[in-house]
Amino acid sequence: MAEITIREAISQALWEEMERDPKVFIMGQEVGVWGGTYAVTKGFLDHFGADRVRDTPIAEAAIVGAAIGAAMNGMRPVAELMTINFAFVAMDHIVNQAAKLHYMFGGQFTLPLVIRAPGGGGRQLGATHSQTPDAIFAHFPGLTVVAPGTPADAKGLLKTSIRSNNPVLFIENATVYQQRGDVPEGDHLTPIGKSKVQREGNDVTLVTYSKMLGYSLKAADQLENGDGISVEVVDLRTLRPLDMGPVIESFKKTNRAVIVEEGWRSYGVGSEIAARIQEDAFDYLDAPIKRVAQKEVPLPYNARLEQMALPQVDDIIHAVKEVVR
Amino acid sequence: MADIVEMPKLGFDMAEGTLVKWVKAEKDPVQKGDVLAEIETDKATVEVESPYSGVVFKHLAEAGKVLPVGAPIAVIAAEGEEVDLSQIAKPSVSKETSGQPVETQPYQSKVEEVPAEEESGEGSQAMTTGGFVKASPLAKRMAEENKLDLTLIQGSGPDARIVKRDVEKALESGTPSKRKEIAKPKIVSGQDQVIEISKLRAAIGKRMLESRQTIPDFYVTYSYNTGSLMQMREDMNRDLPDDERLSVNDFIIRAVALALREFPNLNASLNGNQLTRFGDINIGSAVAVENGLLTVVVRNADQKPLPTISAEMRAMVARVKNGKVRNEDIEGSTFTISNLGMFGVEDFVAIINPPEAAILAVGGALQVPIIQNGQIIIGWQMNATLSADHRITDGAEAARFMQKLATFLEQPWRLVQ
Repeated sequence: MAEITIREAISQALWEEMERDPKVFIMGQEVGVWGGTYAVTKGFLDHFGADRVRDTPIAEAAIVGAAIGAAMNGMRPVAELMTINFAFVAMDHIVNQAAKLHYMFGGQFTLPLVIRAPGGGGRQLGATHSQTPDAIFAHFPGLTVVAPGTPADAKGLLKTSIRSNNPVLFIENATVYQQRGDVPEGDHLTPIGKSKVQREGNDVTLVTYSKMLGYSLKAADQLENGDGISVEVVDLRTLRPLDMGPVIESFKKTNRAVIVEEGWRSYGVGSEIAARIQEDAFDYLDAPIKRVAQKEVPLPYNARLEQMALPQVDDIIHAVKEVVR
Repeated sequence: MADIVEMPKLGFDMAEGTLVKWVKAEKDPVQKGDVLAEIETDKATVEVESPYSGVVFKHLAEAGKVLPVGAPIAVIAAEGEEVDLSQIAKPSVSKETSGQPVETQPYQSKVEEVPAEEESGEGSQAMTTGGFVKASPLAKRMAEENKLDLTLIQGSGPDARIVKRDVEKALESGTPSKRKEIAKPKIVSGQDQVIEISKLRAAIGKRMLESRQTIPDFYVTYSYNTGSLMQMREDMNRDLPDDERLSVNDFIIRAVALALREFPNLNASLNGNQLTRFGDINIGSAVAVENGLLTVVVRNADQKPLPTISAEMRAMVARVKNGKVRNEDIEGSTFTISNLGMFGVEDFVAIINPPEAAILAVGGALQVPIIQNGQIIIGWQMNATLSADHRITDGAEAARFMQKLATFLEQPWRLVQ
């Protein structure tokens, strides 16, 4: 098993799937000649040719709309949006078309479509380019929303997403493309809709996903070493369909939970998880559930302010200590 | 021509009634005598019959309202008739159930302007909720599973919340409340409940207090040999279907009524210096209801044969039990019988029900050893105690009445002559 970055893992998954299935093709801004905004598709144009590696205009509605049309006609497009913030421009195509066509036309169409979209803050890109709006997309039935937190899952989940016959929004986080981890070579598939315990512990359950998985694991180590608090970390990996099984199982053991997400707290992923825990495991609740999330402001441009607004490892540690009191 | 239905006076002391429920909706056709609404008085829920025929043009009061006697509650009009409500202006009063001063105001021209009161009374009753223990849901469940009393455990969580570790600690130390081999009685402090007493309860209380404070009563007890009566009842019932069987009380009602014919002072009512000796002998019998009692009345019981008395009693008791008692069922008694025989009671004393002169408390007909012709035999005996108003009568007269009663109870064929 090779230790590679998330960027390489995603690139590997795309490459392998395009090699495997000629119906798979990629399209998006700068995916071809430039090799991808984040260099994920470097070398693809030369290898696969312009038919399967298509540069597009700066028009997200057109990108997603064209991908939907291709998918309805039997292709397996992987459309890349430069950032998830631009997905709002394509909102109608994503929400009203991609998520509903299969249902509204009695199953006549399937949409084996993947929309890759990096998000997240922390790179001083300003309020409109730094959002983590994952919860918004997870709101809509019909749309699969995947958000891996490790290189292995990035590869395994992207490959599974490409093979899925449902439209998948594959949310990446631009600040962790360099994060390294062991990734199985070859046909490594991670099932969609399966949460996973990434670290075992007994005192408190951290529920998280994507970039905040790394933060949570770091916080867990510090809590274990510094305070003797044993932290279990559950990685959601898929936001819809949401797999609460491992979360509830862990919660029944620890009876306490903190939910960590990069997006805003209000109406967020943490709200959903907390609600479900009390619905499914009320009699196991030993303390109020806490949420760690982004401060409720448009993300500041100023580097210090930006970091203050984003959830940090110390915030997680503080929340855990509150919960295990 | 439209007619106004008013809150009826269903008893001499009724001042107000609660409109419990409309039976006829607006626009419903209604015949004179049809049940229009149900009204709760101090004593019971009674059905109000429409005094007019036509169509219910308008309800002038909502269900749940307390209204004084005489307040307009509905307008009955002819089919298709348009009624100008302003033309049938009448004073209307209405008040909250909370017992605030009655506010009189002219009956408004438009029904919408009849003061719309909020739902009041019933729901706002305060319940004391003592004994809340701050514990996590998990701690509560663990305590329940392990039969632990959380009130005895000290909480170590935020704000002294009892959490898992506290319950675990309590389980480990075997204290403070784990079930031992020899279980100590677990004393759970009861909670006081403050309950608004019902209108019926309040009415009974007022009446009894008045009786005790104003009537100098005295008591005369007599033992009746009811062997013959029991035998006769058994013989008569043998020929009757189940739902027509005579009760001991039916016999007593008739016996008392016949005896009273010769004792007009006991079938009377004192008002100042005037004594009214009633022309009719109407025998009331106390019937237990939830939270109180009602007295159902057999009118002219001295003139009615046993089966008639029995049938009337059965019908009235049934109406009492299902809350559909009629006004005439419970009004107008001149003498009251209270019978606790069915509970195995031997003797008791009843309080006079004003403005009556006396009340008879009847115990059960019980098998006892009795002396007959110098022999001890098994016989039937029933005790009764008369409470009588000393302003009206004396011990000797009361005793003679009890003796007279014996001639009917001990020679029961006189009851069917």
